Amino acid sequence: MSESQQLDADRIRTLLESEGDEIKENTRLFNTERYDAVKAVGEGAHEDNRTQAREIKADAIERLPELIDRTRKAVEANGGTVYVADDAEDANQYLAEVADNVDADSVVKSKSMTTEEMDLNEALEADGLDVWETDLGEFVIQVAEEAPSHIVGPSLHKSREEITKLFEEEFDPDESLDSAEKLTAFAREYLGECIDDAEVGVTGANFVLAESGSIALVTNEGNARKCASIPDTHVAVAGIEKIIPSIAELEPFAELISRSATGQDIPQYLSLLTPPVDTPAIDFDSRDESYFGNSDADRDFHLVLLDNGRREMREDDDLRETLYCIRCGACANSCANFQSVGGHAFGGETYTGGIATGWEAGIEGNDVAAEFNDLCTGCSRCVNACPVKIDIPWINTVVRDRINRGKDPGFDDMLVDGLVPDKEEPGTPLRKRFFGNFETVARIGSATAPLSNAVASTGLARKAMESVLGIDARRDLPEFRRTTLREWAASREPRVADPERRVALYPDVYTNYVRAERGKAAVRVLEALDCEVVVPDVGGSGRAPLSQGMIATAEKKAKTVAESLLPYVEDGYDVVAVEPSDLAMFRREYEKLLPEAAYERLDGNSYEVLEYAYGLLENGADPDVLPAGDGDGIAYHSHCQQRTLGLEGYTAAVLERLGYDVLTSNVECCGMAGSFGYKSEYYDLSIDVGETLADQFEGAADERTVVASGTSCMEQLDSLLSPETHHPVELLDPERR
Amino acid sequence: MSTGSVEQFQQSLSRLNTASTAVAPDELVSTVADLVEPPAVGAELPFDGLSIADAPVTLDPSPSRLREAVTGVSGSRMGIASLGTVAVESRAEGDEFIALYPERHVVVVRASDLRTDLSDAFGWLRAEFEEDCQSFILATGPSSTGDMGALVQGVHGPKEVHVIIVRDNE
Repeated sequence: MSESQQLDADRIRTLLESEGDEIKENTRLFNTERYDAVKAVGEGAHEDNRTQAREIKADAIERLPELIDRTRKAVEANGGTVYVADDAEDANQYLAEVADNVDADSVVKSKSMTTEEMDLNEALEADGLDVWETDLGEFVIQVAEEAPSHIVGPSLHKSREEITKLFEEEFDPDESLDSAEKLTAFAREYLGECIDDAEVGVTGANFVLAESGSIALVTNEGNARKCASIPDTHVAVAGIEKIIPSIAELEPFAELISRSATGQDIPQYLSLLTPPVDTPAIDFDSRDESYFGNSDADRDFHLVLLDNGRREMREDDDLRETLYCIRCGACANSCANFQSVGGHAFGGETYTGGIATGWEAGIEGNDVAAEFNDLCTGCSRCVNACPVKIDIPWINTVVRDRINRGKDPGFDDMLVDGLVPDKEEPGTPLRKRFFGNFETVARIGSATAPLSNAVASTGLARKAMESVLGIDARRDLPEFRRTTLREWAASREPRVADPERRVALYPDVYTNYVRAERGKAAVRVLEALDCEVVVPDVGGSGRAPLSQGMIATAEKKAKTVAESLLPYVEDGYDVVAVEPSDLAMFRREYEKLLPEAAYERLDGNSYEVLEYAYGLLENGADPDVLPAGDGDGIAYHSHCQQRTLGLEGYTAAVLERLGYDVLTSNVECCGMAGSFGYKSEYYDLSIDVGETLADQFEGAADERTVVASGTSCMEQLDSLLSPETHHPVELLDPERR
Repeated sequence: MSTGSVEQFQQSLSRLNTASTAVAPDELVSTVADLVEPPAVGAELPFDGLSIADAPVTLDPSPSRLREAVTGVSGSRMGIASLGTVAVESRAEGDEFIALYPERHVVVVRASDLRTDLSDAFGWLRAEFEEDCQSFILATGPSSTGDMGALVQGVHGPKEVHVIIVRDNE
């Protein structure tokens, strides 16, 4: 993305219109097929492979210097050459020299993100070489002179009709190329000749096996096989992070890579090559001579291992995991924002999707990552999709924090320093500090409600919020309650004399100040199920500041929460949360923010409210104390982070047990994602993502009660569908009878 | 290492829209003759006692013969029953070219060389690597792409694969 293409509302709107349809169709297909393939092989087996793959990568990155040495020795013993390039220029220069040494006129390439990162084509073309991309997707964007929009499917933003138009204009063929078959046949013929004529073949390497000096290539078209075997000279280019010890470690990756990328059990072609290979050299100049032209040429093999910032990433405790990435694109396919807008918005110089922030920050720098980093909402749907279990949202949060800190302190800071209680360095943008400190806003808003709501909703106030904070005026603002959940709970007498369990109900910021009714319902439901319920005096979980990349503030809040809640846990209370994004803090992000023992204690003793109700009912609580569903229809949207924790099923199970007929959405995220949908430049994208969810419920909304677990999801559904959305626990409220 | 079943292998192949024929060793040459669409090229099989020298295929073809060929015939020393995968080895006989250029690839695999699944196949690969046989393409079905707006078979590799399973273990 060039500087002239800064990500603003106009650019997002343009991409939604021009590329959105193709991106949606293709990424969602990959995504669905991944889910199906994982189910078919078995979640347990898949999880074992992920665990093994992660361990292998972690170990290999740890031992990287030694593995580079072993690779060099093995490749040289086989008769090849290894070149470790410090940066892109160094690598390009080496390749140009290799081409020069064999008097090459043309180079053919199979798909390689690493050479995209190096801008190899431009470098070789500047040296007067013809360079051909032979992967059909890469060929399409080479002809179109565009950048890849997806790690695996570089041209998946283009429709067949667009490719037909492009090719007919470029190549002026005798016959119209008006079908995928004709386009493919044309490209096969055209590129086939390029490959036969080329002196040098460049491939990537999905994996490098140090012990034997081998490379593994994952392809479907067969072009990498040709590029590696037909030209006499083969250069494989790979990042240094691609090395694993040996063939013994390859197996889990062979299981995972295509299943995660496209839902295939195995790619069409998994090439294991230990060059120079025994396949004879082929000489098309002796076209009629037997034995492939009876060439006397020797095969020549070069392995270029690229550093380009990777060694520094390896030293960086937060970016290191990026090096485990096997470039499958599952993080892009499972990302609701990516599904709408694609890699031309959600990507940097080379890489696209969730993991792109880590790559671009490490390779290009934080300024490039900053161009698209905000598109990660932290919904965490990529976390379970990643075959090597990279905590992609965490990397994105850390880079966001670094970007914030890198900004020059300005007028904004003078305005808010001292007003907001955060721990951030000056420089953090005002809007991020506003959303990050939402707890303070909510506290003041609640104390001054209903006046605060009335003032905030005036046209003048909304205009000011839009121009100063970038809060889109088309969004409804949360209405603060004068009586908070905590105040309401404190005024109540204990209701359960001889409780089965004791519960500390966590009053998250929204449930306490804005959606108090769902908190009250939760208290009444738990009491009806024989629990003693207290609502402790405890502050925000840190979710809001964390989402803005304000890690120091989030860490401070996490410590305060742990100090408040852990004494309850010690006293035998279970912590129950209504808001899934806060529960996800306790169960996921606190691992990064709290000492290990405190995290484990809280993680092991905290529950989502319907998960908890499910447990109570399973353990003998009487469902008849709750209102019956009587076959009523429910349209239920679970919360992204709740689904990542594997907790979606409990809500549906409880509702079904009570006699409701439950329809469940299957979108990755509602698109609201906390503050994301409020931000002016992302409003259209947020609505575009939300419309997929709205479409799933549209037909059902008239006959079904719409419920959602997350506050953001409720707001998004409220704005897209007419009926008022509820939290599922409100259906269980004994007062509804 | 356990042996995968011919039936499972054939089922996997049919899921890949890949035809297969199981034959006795002495039926191999006539089966190959039936399955090749001329002109055909081949790489001599890597098996003792099994040869395609008498089949209507050109071994060690010239580059132009290779380019003109409609069928390529080669052998595979391993098959994966659960996936329908075969192994194209980088051999001096030129298996890689024979398996790549022609539209139709006819692969010969012995029933006794079938492995049950990918894990079992990796056991075989590790053993081969130990023996210094270290270059294979695990090929599963025809070459394919979705890059031109719809799924198409037959890109840089074959459009169609036919597997001959030689029952050598009965």
